[in-house]
Amino acid sequence: MTSEALYRMRDLQKRYGSDFALHVQQMDVRQGEVLGLLGPTGCGKSTLLRILAGLENPSSGCIHFSGAPLVATALPLVTLRRMTLVPQRPILLAGTVRLNVEYGLRLRRIRNRTEKVDDALEQLGLTGIASQAAQTLSGGQTQLVALARALVITPDVLLLDEPTAHLDPAHVALVEGVIQRFRQEYRATIVWATHNLFQARRVAVRTALLLDGQFVEVGQTEEFFKNPSDPRTDDFIQGRIVY
Amino acid sequence: MPPLDGDLWSILWLSLRVSGVAVLISSLIGIPCGVWLGLSQRRGRHLLSAVIQTGMALPPVVVGLVLYILLSRSGPLAFLGWLFTPKAMIVAQTVLALPFVIGITMSSVAAVPSELPLQIRTLGASAWQCRWAVLREARHGVLLAVAAAFGRSISEVGAVLIVGGNIQGHTRVLTTAIVLETGKGDFAFALALGAVLLLLALAVNLLIARLQRGRWPA
Repeated sequence: MTSEALYRMRDLQKRYGSDFALHVQQMDVRQGEVLGLLGPTGCGKSTLLRILAGLENPSSGCIHFSGAPLVATALPLVTLRRMTLVPQRPILLAGTVRLNVEYGLRLRRIRNRTEKVDDALEQLGLTGIASQAAQTLSGGQTQLVALARALVITPDVLLLDEPTAHLDPAHVALVEGVIQRFRQEYRATIVWATHNLFQARRVAVRTALLLDGQFVEVGQTEEFFKNPSDPRTDDFIQGRIVY
Repeated sequence: MPPLDGDLWSILWLSLRVSGVAVLISSLIGIPCGVWLGLSQRRGRHLLSAVIQTGMALPPVVVGLVLYILLSRSGPLAFLGWLFTPKAMIVAQTVLALPFVIGITMSSVAAVPSELPLQIRTLGASAWQCRWAVLREARHGVLLAVAAAFGRSISEVGAVLIVGGNIQGHTRVLTTAIVLETGKGDFAFALALGAVLLLLALAVNLLIARLQRGRWPA
């Protein structure tokens, strides 16, 4: 893993009307790392992920991706296709599970899709429901399909917004394993938003805590949990901050 | 049989041709407009929506009258020479069908979850691919719009009577033929023509229902 910054954010702010959603003084996401993003509900994790995915522009400040400014409204398709976001509440297209998983490949006009799609379905235990209508799936199955359709396009950057929120422990372990293997195989950069402290500790190389739209602390995961430098991080880890 | 018997096929064919072309034109204009308006978050969208829905209540005779004035010898569009031709009837039916196509498409697209285009985009979709994905999700409503437009067109009588003139073998369609036969007191034949009209509408709607159930490319 290198320490080269893939994303570079400086004095980045996002407001909705007069409300502040996010204010990042300075933050980098390094090439090839897994950055765990911790924070309570409504702290700005999803907003940050949408900005990183090129879906929204910040209200002020700047963000660079691979050395170039990331502007959602003028994002070249080739850059957009390097990153993908797995949202907290995925919406699947009308059609089968297979159609949904192969959708990103269709968008890229990739012809030999079958093997890749079969592989993604198998990895996430979806082979048995490949022909099922996507609209009939449970919340957990929907989340797995959303993850499969993101992995199959092998993005350079995988942005995950609570990807295991609706899953049972066995499937949580499955997803964590699949994503870790994906990262090793493709050297992908992953930003993983989660409420789950244990999950962040298991999967992240670095961990960051967002509170009220601001980064409180960013550090190597083990250091972050063992010796937090900010008392608010310690309070959050110990469960003393109750939201 | 009444004298219309020999012309029945030409009347049927002209009805299909005029309404078919009107629906095609109104769909080509109305579906993109409806998708754009359905996805738009601009101010004034609700006012525009109300105006379009008011267009669904356009009185056909008023549309016929306005077109007559425009296309008549002293009108600004007289040079086209379209008055009392199938072209004028197509224009009239297009004007009447267009608000249905735009309005119903717009509502169907607006009913698609607003997050969907963003989620499609993050999978690498271009702006056009996003719009197609939304249209695909709203396809039941969009095809309903086409069906409503066809229903409005094929059953319309006031406007086509004014701008077409109900000329035998030239601009006579099923609805104007029904008016003529009713005026002549041949109710049985008028009713038979009405049944033909309904069967035609049924056939087209069965085709549209088939398209609604069919697979659309992703």
